[in-house]
Amino acid sequence: MTTHPDYEMTIGIECHVQLATLTKLFSGSDNDARDKDPNSATSPIDFGLPGMLPVLNREAVVLAVKAGKALNADIARVSRFDRKHYFYPDLPKGYQITQMYQPIILGGTVDVPFEDGSTVPVRIHHAHLEEDAGKLTHYANYSLVDLNRAGTPLIEIVSEPDMHSPQVAKAYAAELHKLMAYAGVTFGDLYHGNMRFDVNLSVAKKGATELGTRTEVKNLNSFRSVERAAEYEFARQIERLEKGEVIVQETRGWDEATGTTISQRSKEDAQDYRYMPDPDIPPIVLGEDEIRAIQESVPRLPASYRQAWQSLSLDPSVVQSLLANPSYALLIATIQEVAGDTLARRVAHWFSSAVSQSQEEEAIIASNFVPEGYIELAQMVEDQELSSTAAKDVFHALLTSELTPRQIAEEKNLLQMSDESALKEIVRAVVDDPASTQSITDIKAGQEKAIGYLVGQVMKRSAGKANPSIAQALIKAELDAR
Amino acid sequence: MAGLSSYLHTPARENVERALSQAKEHEAFHALLHLSEEKALSRADLIDSQEKKGRLAGVPFIVKDNFLTIGEPTTAASEMLASFQAPVMATAVEKLEAEGAICIGKANLDAFAHGGSTENSAFGPTKNAVDQTRVAGGSSGGSAVSVALDIVPFALGTDTGGSIRQPASFNGVVGVKPTYGAVSRYGVVAMASSTDVIGVLSNTVETSELVLDIMAGRDAKDMTTLPDFFEPLSESAPRKIGVIKEFMTSDVDSEVRQKTQDYIDALRGRGHTVEEVSLPMSKYALAVYYVVVPAEVSSNLGRYDGIRYGLRASDATSIASLYGLSRDRGFMPENKRRIMLGSYVLSSGFFDAYYLQAQKVRTLLINEFNALFASYDVLIGPVVPTPAFKLGENTDNPIHMYLSDVMTVPASLAGLPALSVPAGTTDSGLPVGVQLIGQRQSDALLLALAKEGEA
Repeated sequence: MTTHPDYEMTIGIECHVQLATLTKLFSGSDNDARDKDPNSATSPIDFGLPGMLPVLNREAVVLAVKAGKALNADIARVSRFDRKHYFYPDLPKGYQITQMYQPIILGGTVDVPFEDGSTVPVRIHHAHLEEDAGKLTHYANYSLVDLNRAGTPLIEIVSEPDMHSPQVAKAYAAELHKLMAYAGVTFGDLYHGNMRFDVNLSVAKKGATELGTRTEVKNLNSFRSVERAAEYEFARQIERLEKGEVIVQETRGWDEATGTTISQRSKEDAQDYRYMPDPDIPPIVLGEDEIRAIQESVPRLPASYRQAWQSLSLDPSVVQSLLANPSYALLIATIQEVAGDTLARRVAHWFSSAVSQSQEEEAIIASNFVPEGYIELAQMVEDQELSSTAAKDVFHALLTSELTPRQIAEEKNLLQMSDESALKEIVRAVVDDPASTQSITDIKAGQEKAIGYLVGQVMKRSAGKANPSIAQALIKAELDAR
Repeated sequence: MAGLSSYLHTPARENVERALSQAKEHEAFHALLHLSEEKALSRADLIDSQEKKGRLAGVPFIVKDNFLTIGEPTTAASEMLASFQAPVMATAVEKLEAEGAICIGKANLDAFAHGGSTENSAFGPTKNAVDQTRVAGGSSGGSAVSVALDIVPFALGTDTGGSIRQPASFNGVVGVKPTYGAVSRYGVVAMASSTDVIGVLSNTVETSELVLDIMAGRDAKDMTTLPDFFEPLSESAPRKIGVIKEFMTSDVDSEVRQKTQDYIDALRGRGHTVEEVSLPMSKYALAVYYVVVPAEVSSNLGRYDGIRYGLRASDATSIASLYGLSRDRGFMPENKRRIMLGSYVLSSGFFDAYYLQAQKVRTLLINEFNALFASYDVLIGPVVPTPAFKLGENTDNPIHMYLSDVMTVPASLAGLPALSVPAGTTDSGLPVGVQLIGQRQSDALLLALAKEGEA
């Protein structure tokens, strides 16, 4: 944990989550602008043509209600849209439609988990629906506007200032990402900016009753940069305070390359957004039954998996890597329910190491998520039909194969030789081999570890198919008999 | 004036040719900004060739130039949109054309519908149909004059605070502002979204009734539209009518009051009960209107920034100067005045004192209207305190100009249907209208009552 003997930091995070809707928040344009030509995923509404009116996308409201469940929050029975005014070339109407006065999600808590099993609760102030702006690309003496992203639905999740270390801030960001992905609210593609974090940080002397002046570092798009930006700001603010300088309330940008924050806009330059209720959009009115029905459709959330997996005694890092992919988590949980803890634990470890593979491979992995094959594979290891090394081989093949694990193992000739008569011949040959003389002498002298060489030779001669524990027993028996 | 049935029994081409020649003959009034001759004639031929006739088959009409139409410019009478070509069509126009009506051109207005005289048009004022030294009224001045000059039997307008009713009164035609949400606003250049209403100006009540029947109804493109409630009434039962006493004070021109009184007497003569009623909050309506409406105007005009379409200052040297110069050149002084007023009342520290306070008073006004409608079917009063004033008379006095809206803005703020019906002329021959106001969705009742008075 980043700490200082005299100072303490306080962090609040605003997170923009891009919703996984088919169309934009107020128009029928395609919401997926990836790999599209500039301004091709747009409509007259997105362009802010005269006479165009917003038509609210109900799917976005449904996703916001689901997000509310993931955040343990209340859903407002009545919420409204407001206009936030400013001029910028990526903002087609001269205002952004947001929810200033009556947001759809109220309160909430995120229990941020740590590897030691502890959690830190972070309260949510509120979360609101809003539309994204477009994108500008700057050139030497001109700039180009791309409105593909303009009108994309977002929810902005505003936390209370409940975090006091960069590590908690990072873990909060990561947990928020999981919650939103599991609830099906977002695709959660950080590379494409599906989630963006603004870190508000202030520093105060330990024991002080008032918070210091805060700065806001905007547009961080990875958990690591949330942590690094907080670390940098903490140190920067302390340095200023120690020199007797004051902290200026301002917006700062993050430079990933240098790992520093740069002043962008101070409070004095802050714009007056002239918020006004949007008269074009009637209020969102949600009934109890409607909210319940939507929230009942929310899939299992990470906390529920963590709870269920306690009996698997997995290393926390394994749990984290499994939870990184909701499909893995669901598969492991299903196997646990169907086949019990022992087999689930085996499969969990296979998937946990698969997570580190490239994205392309992960996409292929997603093609075979039927639990039966994995259960059978784990059972084969349990029954000593496969070595754990061979099982990993079969596992990777199984991810993309139509075959059963047994078929794969047979095809690859990986089934262990548990047939003692066949093994005995190999064992005799190894013991007879002059190269083994030294090891045999050592064993007889009481150096039991020396048997490892002989087992290795059996494995080698059996092309890896020998069951090592049976091989070891047979070697001992053979040596005793001689 | 030709009635609607004579248009329906005449070949479309003949109707359109007549309308076009009338429009050219009356060019001096400057009612129109654009005539779509070729397009209208080819549509006429198409309709004449069709077996199945719509309810407005071959009837020519004109739309205020703040409706988006395809094939001609949509300027909102502004330099900002002087060369703007819309890629989509307003729902109201689309519905009328689907019934065979033929749009022959676009009518002049105060730029972005800001004004009550059509003198704020970037392309010059429209002149009153009866007296060319006087204003047409506004902002739907071109639409009113087109109908009054019998170029077309009806024209579309927009009414945010009286922009249909006031020019109807000044030119002696019927002007209908339906219930807020009755007709889709899709494809109409927004002025103030919470009071903008699409309506019609016509030579007879019956024509407006049919046009409204066609235009009304829910539109998936406008979330504020109501399900279609409009059903024309064939007969009018005896009604209880309240005369708004605050509209009949000595501030109102005596001849205007007299014409209103004559209309009231005729209503009594036809068996209706008429009583004096009070709407005390109406005295705050103008103040509320000039807070709420500029606020929405300043917001709705934010999109005219010179970036994607519309006027763009080519000599700009920075993004700030691009905005500043484009907006300075694209907007009329009245546009700028309302943007500044609106930006002020929405600004931090003033929002509560002005905008929220105004919305509270607006609610009180609505409550007062509702209380009256518990006992009365219709409210009545003049439309405007005076007949049409002289061109230039109020151009240097915006407050005086705004006062002309004092009796039309209450119904706008409450979203109520309101009509302006011709009620004769002053001794000097200037038209005077009378205003009928009903509760929400009572549009058909108002029209039935007005129709009865026409007979």
